[in-house]
Amino acid sequence: MKQLFGRPAGLTDISQRYCPGCGHGIVHRIIGELLVKLNIRERTIGIAPVGCSVFADEYFNCDMIQPPHGRGPAVSTGIKRSRPDCIVFSYQGDGDLAAIGTAEIVHAAARNENITIIFINNAIFGMTGGQLAPTTLPGMKSTTSVQGRDIKKQGYPIKVCELLSGLDGPYYLARTAVDTPKNIINTEKALKTAFTYQIEEKGFSLVEILSMCPTNWGMTPVQSKKWIENTMVKYYPLGEYRNRAKEEK
Amino acid sequence: MPQVKILEEVCKGCGLCCDEVCPVNILVLSPDRINSSGYHPAEVTDNSKCIGCGYCFKICPEPAIEIYK
Ligand SMILES: Cc1ncc(C[n+]2csc(CCOP(=O)(O)OP(=O)(O)O)c2C)c(N)n1
Ligand code: SF4
Ligand code: SF4
Ligand code: SF4
Ligand SMILES: [Mg+2]
Repeated sequence: MKQLFGRPAGLTDISQRYCPGCGHGIVHRIIGELLVKLNIRERTIGIAPVGCSVFADEYFNCDMIQPPHGRGPAVSTGIKRSRPDCIVFSYQGDGDLAAIGTAEIVHAAARNENITIIFINNAIFGMTGGQLAPTTLPGMKSTTSVQGRDIKKQGYPIKVCELLSGLDGPYYLARTAVDTPKNIINTEKALKTAFTYQIEEKGFSLVEILSMCPTNWGMTPVQSKKWIENTMVKYYPLGEYRNRAKEEK
Repeated sequence: MPQVKILEEVCKGCGLCCDEVCPVNILVLSPDRINSSGYHPAEVTDNSKCIGCGYCFKICPEPAIEIYK
């Protein structure tokens, strides 16, 4: 019998230490498949973030490095510029990318660095216990906004794709989700596009992925995917925010 | 006919694959089986209905599902 679907060779055999129903694992599987499908596994260097995916260096079956919190885009820049033959991706959460790492991501995008950013937006600091993140929705409860995010005190969320699309630099920006098979297939397509543009030396690509954190949302995994569908997507619309290849046509 | 294999020990019983994902609705969390991590793993109620779409695999974070043909 032929295997139609199964664990891709781009992932190690190590069991991932994520909570049941966590979206990180779905995105890991997609990246693991692309490393093989695009035949780039042997020349890829991945950057693991600080956050629940801090152990991603053990999960991806390619060379990995784990720099300080939020510095993925800066470290990616250094690696890519010294080893342009390598494919470089930085995997980051919303606390990592949109709080402590805001400066690094904005400048890497402005420079149109030829790197790929995989940005997991779960609207929360997952690893540290569910504190408010820059992406936490207005009114959403967290352990540091127990009455719900108050925009008068904590301001408005940062919409990373919209923010970066104000820059001339980035080549490709897209937002997807992993709540339904249809959206997961779109995530597969967006990540393939992002890696392909890097292979073609087009420049900076970022895919923002809305992802379940059942533990810190205080929901079951099934409630979490429905919350993305019914609530999160309304605040963070899905789609391409920049695709220079299409604009050039 | 496609064959669905649930890797019981890898499954974390999250139930994502069991809710409105399978077009022929043949996946459920086992009411009685428990794996060594303490999770009720997903199980297939009627494999003969499987169309091999892979949706269950795609949404599985582990992934604890394999599909063969
Ligand atoms: C310099 C520094 N500041 C703060 C922390 C604490 N810290 C660890 S993970 C994290 C945020 C994680 O949230 P996110 O990036 O959204 O990842 P998630 O766990 O949600 O996937 C913080 C603030 C740290 N490890 N290092
Ligand atoms: S805390 Fe949230 S993001 Fe972290 S592993 Fe658990 S579900 Fe995933
Ligand atoms: S492959 Fe498709 S039809 Fe078969 S069990 Fe999975 S979701 Fe259902
Ligand atoms: S999605 Fe995967 S881990 Fe979750 S219940 Fe189904 S088989 Fe188990
Ligand atoms: Mg987060």
